[in-house]
Amino acid sequence: MHKTEVSIWFFNGVMLTVYGLMIGGYGVYELISGHTPPVVLAHLHAPLWWGGGLLALGLFYCVKFMPGREN
Amino acid sequence: MNVSPGALAVSRAPHALTLFFMTTMPDHMAHLAPLDVAIIAVYFAMVIYIGFYLKQRSSTGEEFFLAGREMTAWIAGLSFISANMGSLELMGWAAAAYQYGILATHWYWIGAIPAMLFLGLVMMPFYYVSKTHSVPGYLKLRFGESSRLLAAVSFAVMTVLMSGINMYAMALVMKVVLGWNIHFSIWVSSLTVAVYVALGGLRSAIFNEVLQFVLIWAGALLVPILGLTETGGWSGMVARIHHNFPGQDLTHLWRGLGSFSSNPMGVHWTGIVFGLGFVIAFGYWTTDFLVVQRVLSAKNLRAAQMAPIIGAGFKMMVPIIVILPGLLGLAVLPHLLPETLAAHVAGSYSYNAVLPLMLVRYCGPGLLGLGITALIAGFMSGMAGNVSAFSAVWTYDIYRAQIRKDAADRHYVAMGRWSTILGVLVSIGAAYLVMQFASIMDYVQALFSFFIAPLFGTVILGMLWKRATSAGGFWGLLAGTVVSVGLYLWVHFNPAALAEVALSVHAKTMAENLYRALWAWIACVLVTVVVSLFTRPKPESELNGLVYGATVIPYQEPMVLYKNHWFWAGIVIVIFFVLNLMFW
Repeated sequence: MHKTEVSIWFFNGVMLTVYGLMIGGYGVYELISGHTPPVVLAHLHAPLWWGGGLLALGLFYCVKFMPGREN
Repeated sequence: MNVSPGALAVSRAPHALTLFFMTTMPDHMAHLAPLDVAIIAVYFAMVIYIGFYLKQRSSTGEEFFLAGREMTAWIAGLSFISANMGSLELMGWAAAAYQYGILATHWYWIGAIPAMLFLGLVMMPFYYVSKTHSVPGYLKLRFGESSRLLAAVSFAVMTVLMSGINMYAMALVMKVVLGWNIHFSIWVSSLTVAVYVALGGLRSAIFNEVLQFVLIWAGALLVPILGLTETGGWSGMVARIHHNFPGQDLTHLWRGLGSFSSNPMGVHWTGIVFGLGFVIAFGYWTTDFLVVQRVLSAKNLRAAQMAPIIGAGFKMMVPIIVILPGLLGLAVLPHLLPETLAAHVAGSYSYNAVLPLMLVRYCGPGLLGLGITALIAGFMSGMAGNVSAFSAVWTYDIYRAQIRKDAADRHYVAMGRWSTILGVLVSIGAAYLVMQFASIMDYVQALFSFFIAPLFGTVILGMLWKRATSAGGFWGLLAGTVVSVGLYLWVHFNPAALAEVALSVHAKTMAENLYRALWAWIACVLVTVVVSLFTRPKPESELNGLVYGATVIPYQEPMVLYKNHWFWAGIVIVIFFVLNLMFW
């Protein structure tokens, strides 16, 4: 792949980070406000930990494949 | 489905979701919150940005149609299976799992893994060394112009038609699940695909397919995790299935395949092993240009050989997000109905709705948007695969071969961009056609399935048998296709003929697909062999790079074990056997 090209993994990292922030952020709101949606297993607060996981994975890829960084 | 392994007989078969949305379903299942809409919007913005970003990297034919042959094994491998993971594929096989139980997993394991490994280990050197731009292009080099034309025209026509059918079915899913306007779904999603593929060519399609692959997992994996949590793990799920469906074996892969009458699919293990595992799977995964094109983009032969092996590793895991939700549906949503019944029971849902229903069951705001985005991403990756493959075959194997032979490279790139847009527009036209005449869907799906099995016979003989001649290749391909069409029509007009085609009075529709493919392949091979023996072969000097035994494979530096493709293929095949034994 071209040396100057932004890696596809960086794009993946950005997308996962954004989604992690959005979903994890909602999970935090859900936890604080006590407002849970009418879904099965809502008490597990899936948005919180799933969003957190996406955020962690996304940040890892963003940093590892940052444009200009030697991988 | 952008057609899955089963592509044809397989994934396109009975549960092709063809009737899905014609049932009387309740008003839409879910409402999106603003957060969900924002998540979908981010996805669209990202894929279009990637198209614009990569436009500058697709100015030559090699760059536009083969991504410059610069892709790493990982990118080519993920793109290889992502192009196959259309959203209807996901929903169709989740529905199949609900209907047939774990038997549906065969289309992901024996119906894919051996074929993908065979592509990487045996066939890829010939595709790659011949420097062909397409599978029809290989047929031209090996068998001549007539075989190429037959394969190219059938592929081009069927690809855009299938793309349109999938587009319509996807728009219907969005209407049923979310209440979205059908026209809005069709135009927004297809024009987005047109923009990013026309701008960035195969490179853009591949980049987006990798993105979509990650997204599909991020959006769909939560359903089996929460489903297993609810049911108390695998054993809890199995116990609930046995409770809900007493006397039915829905959780064993092979145990019920000793006879046609002892399993819900009405198939026999010979059909699964030879019809699906050999003919259909090998036909789809090794000759369908939609997937092979992704591997041809690899940066060198080693990467091209590793890509299908990496793809096979991930393919083995896809049942977690496709089959498992269907099985979990049997455990927690035991009242879904067959399509024909659901149509007459107000407020009911059919098998085909199982995946969206599971999504709605567990996912609130944010996660629902992510799940819906995964479905949209699946659809778009499938469609991008279709139009980019169509564009390459049209430009190189039809336009350049038959209409304008000696234009500049720049001209063919421009033709590639325009044919991408044309492919999308024809797909949209096909979608509207299906909207008016729904039965067309089944016929086109069947039509597509006619070509894959004989094409595999032609290609495999061409690669492995020096004596195969141009006339043998052409007449074998034609004969196999005619046999396939003939058997289909025979059963269509005389359903009792199914017992003859599938060799049992207990056989069901799925068995017909498997055995029809097997007979078509046998006919193709027999005719190719007989005609070849009576016609003059090409001199061996012309077969270098095309045929086993006459090809000098480029020297590859010795690699450490963990980078060796034979090593990883061995790992994959061991896991494959272990999984089959675990769920025997």
